[in-house]
This record gives sequence, structure tokens and C-alpha cells, in this order.
Amino acid sequence: MIRFLEQLGRYFILLKKVFSKPEKPSLYYKQTLHEMIYLGFNSIGIISIISFFMGAVITLQTAYNTENPIYPTYLIGLGCRDSIILEFSSTISALILAGKVGSNIASEIGTMRITEQIDALEMMGVNSATYLILPKILATLIFNPLLTLISIIVGIVGGGLAGTLSGVITLDDFIYGIQYAFIPYYITYSMIKTLVFAFLITSVSAFQGYHVSGGSLEVGRASTKAVVFSSILILLFNVILTQLLLS
Amino acid sequence: MIIAKNIDKSFNGKKVLDNVSVTFEPGKTNLIIGRSGSGKTVLLKSIVGLHDIDNGEIWFEDVLFNKLDFKGKKDIRRQMGVLFQGSALFDSMTTEQNVRFPLDMFTDDSLEEKNERVNFCLKRVDILNANKLFPAELSGGMKKRVAIARAIALNPKYLFCDEPNSGLDPITAILIDELIKEITEEYSMTTIVNTHDMNSVMEIGEKIVFINEGVICWEGNKSEILKSDNEILNDFVFANSLAKQLRSSQK
Repeated sequence: MIRFLEQLGRYFILLKKVFSKPEKPSLYYKQTLHEMIYLGFNSIGIISIISFFMGAVITLQTAYNTENPIYPTYLIGLGCRDSIILEFSSTISALILAGKVGSNIASEIGTMRITEQIDALEMMGVNSATYLILPKILATLIFNPLLTLISIIVGIVGGGLAGTLSGVITLDDFIYGIQYAFIPYYITYSMIKTLVFAFLITSVSAFQGYHVSGGSLEVGRASTKAVVFSSILILLFNVILTQLLLS
Repeated sequence: MIIAKNIDKSFNGKKVLDNVSVTFEPGKTNLIIGRSGSGKTVLLKSIVGLHDIDNGEIWFEDVLFNKLDFKGKKDIRRQMGVLFQGSALFDSMTTEQNVRFPLDMFTDDSLEEKNERVNFCLKRVDILNANKLFPAELSGGMKKRVAIARAIALNPKYLFCDEPNSGLDPITAILIDELIKEITEEYSMTTIVNTHDMNSVMEIGEKIVFINEGVICWEGNKSEILKSDNEILNDFVFANSLAKQLRSSQK
């Protein structure tokens, strides 16, 4: 328990350091753009592939579980849309990004720590926490909602294709279903979750990397911890946010 | 002038520096020598503020450095250049970008002015035609030179070098030592070099401090070091058999 509180305290101290005034905002702007490409744009591929197959599976499973003449077939499209918007695109994408982006951030910052690059920054009078972590947080906060939107669109397209190609639903019914009783607030809910998850993934992973001491073995451990802790926190905050925003 | 007064530093209850007091002379190449694990790097990192000391005082001229807040330390650190043991060049940046980094961060010069300074610094350390190379494409000696170029980019008042020639062949090591000495004289810097290399001691040691098990055992210059009666120092200086033979023939 004491160890947990100590780590929590160190995490908030790091966050305080991260959100201090940058030395030269123009440099941070460039760095943020760079991180948006590195952490965000480069994740479009994996998010699209996963979302496509996720949408396909959701449609097929919904179809096989609602094989009853009482239920109109367009409900398959509706179920696919709501599952993707409410849960899969924000939460599953965040878990995937925790693995891809989180481990990347922890190992990059951890390697910089053990090779004294962070010390070099500090010695130049640069706030290393702000310089290394703030652009990553900003980049993911800006880009991850876009990834979620891509995931929603690709997921629904995947669902539509799988449904029509397998013959469980016609394209017209699917399109009717995804338009039926649409609640725009669900998109807001999904975006709020995405922003919180983006912050958790980046800050927790950066924290793990920033406090590495030792060698390459510890960098590997930090990378693993970054993925594990971010994933657990994503699931925990998923419950909290769902209760707060949908109840 | 840099003064360390009664410095104590422990890690997990193990005392690494024990009441260390030493004065580093301005405009000179000051050397901290000692065996591996003797506390040299901890002393150097304590002086520059990378380690918080348990007790004691660190003075840069008339400023009590270890009592300054983060912003105060930042101001003093902008007058420091540091050469780390592993060079600590930024992997994601080219040679040119590495040297330009402090200029980008702390000056409002135009890109042309910054590039001019970068080229001057790289030329000063004899790095030619490597502006676009990444650290992974440089040899160990080149990395050290680029790190020196980066350290002097902002014309620092103090230069700190942690094992500048570790992992280098003897000839390259001497070239790096000479470069450090030349730059120290050229810019009238106060330089502190951490080393266990006796070649460095004999090449550039204007003031030498010998540390053993966290305690300062001896202070002097390179001519005095060969005549010292300090047994621990002599064991270190005349460690190899050839040096031992020379020592006994002198006696």
C-alpha cells in the first residue's frame, strides 16, 4: 500500500513537472506534430484492420444470436453500430494502443534515461519531463479521437460487408439499422472516453519510462508495466466513465 | 571557481561520498581520478546537481548551487557544458541537429546564424562531412567529439567531462584529452574531468584530485603525482608492472 501511494505521488509530481511552462513553445509545436505522426498517424493501419474485423464479427455474432422472426433484421445493424460506438472503438482501440503506443513511449523514454540523454537535457537547463512527455500527451489527445472516428467508420463498414456477403442481412436493412434511433450523445461519450484513455496511456507509459534505472532489462520491464498498468486503468476508468456518463 | 564543501552522499544507506571538500580552479583542467566505484561520477553528478547531496555545499563562484530552486539551477546549468560517459547524443537527431539543439532551445538566432555556429563547433572538434549522420552511424571517438561540440555550442563557463576517453583507443583518447585542454584554454573555462586513465592525467592534469572509497586522499598536479608518498595513490598510479618497474628504478 505504501509502495502504491509512493508511486502515485511520484506520478503526480511528474505530471506537475510535465505541465510547467515550456522553454520555447515553437519547438514544442514542432515536436507535437512529429509525435502526432509517430504515435497517431502510424497507428491508423492497425486500428483500421482491427476495427474492420471487429465490426465483421459483431455483425455475424449479433445475427446468429437474434435468429428469431420476431426481431427485425435491421436490429443487426443497430446492434453493430451501438456496440462499436459505445464500447469497441473507444475501449478496444485504447487497449490496442496501450500495447503499441504505450510500450513504445516507455521504451523510448526509458532508453533515453539509461543512456543519460535525459540527464543531458536536464544539464542544458531543459525541463526534460515537459520536453519529452507534453508533446506526446498533446499529440495523442488530438489524434486519438480521430483514430476512434476512423475505427467507428471502418468497423461499421466491416460489419456491413460481413453481413451482406454472408447473407445474414441485406445492405438496405443494415443501412436502415445503423440509421435507426441514432443517439448523437453516444459519439460524445465515446470521444470523452477516448480522451481519458489517451491521457492515461501516454502519461502512465511515460511515467514508467521516465523512472527507469539500470539497463536494458529494466527498460523491458518498464515497457511491460506500461502496457499492464495502462490496460488496467483503461478498464477501470471505462467502468467509472460509463457509470458517470450513461447512468 | 567551483567549491564543494563537506559533501556527503549515500545510496540506500551506503555512503558513497564522505565529507568531500575540494576546490576546482578556474580556467584550468581539473581532474578527479580514482578507481572504478570510488565515487568519481557521483561527485561529478552531485556538483552539477544531477544527484541531490545529503549534506554539504556546492558553490559556483558566489552562488550556493545546491540550495537553488529548479529555476535557479536551470540558470546556472545554461553556463555548463557536460560530456557524458556514453556521449548521450540524442538518437533521433542528426549530428547537426544535436549540436544545434541548445541553440534552438535557448537562442533567438536565425537558422543561418545557428548553422554557422554549428559548423564552427563541429569544425573545432574536427568533425567534417558528418552533419547529416545519426549517432548510430558515428564511431565512438566521433560521438565524443560531437558531444563536445554540443557542450560548447552555447559558450559555457564550465565544462564537465565524465570519463571522456572510456572505450577509445589510446591515440583517439589522447586526441580527445588534448581537445578538452585546448578548448578549456581557448574559452577560459573551468573544466572538471573524471577519469581513471593515467594517460589523461599526464596529458591534461593541471589540478588533480584523487578520490578513494568516497574520500579525497590526495590533491596536487601532474608533476607532484609521481613523487607522492601516498601509498593508495601510488598503487593506483603505478598499477601496471611496467610503471612499478619505473617507480622502483627511480627510487
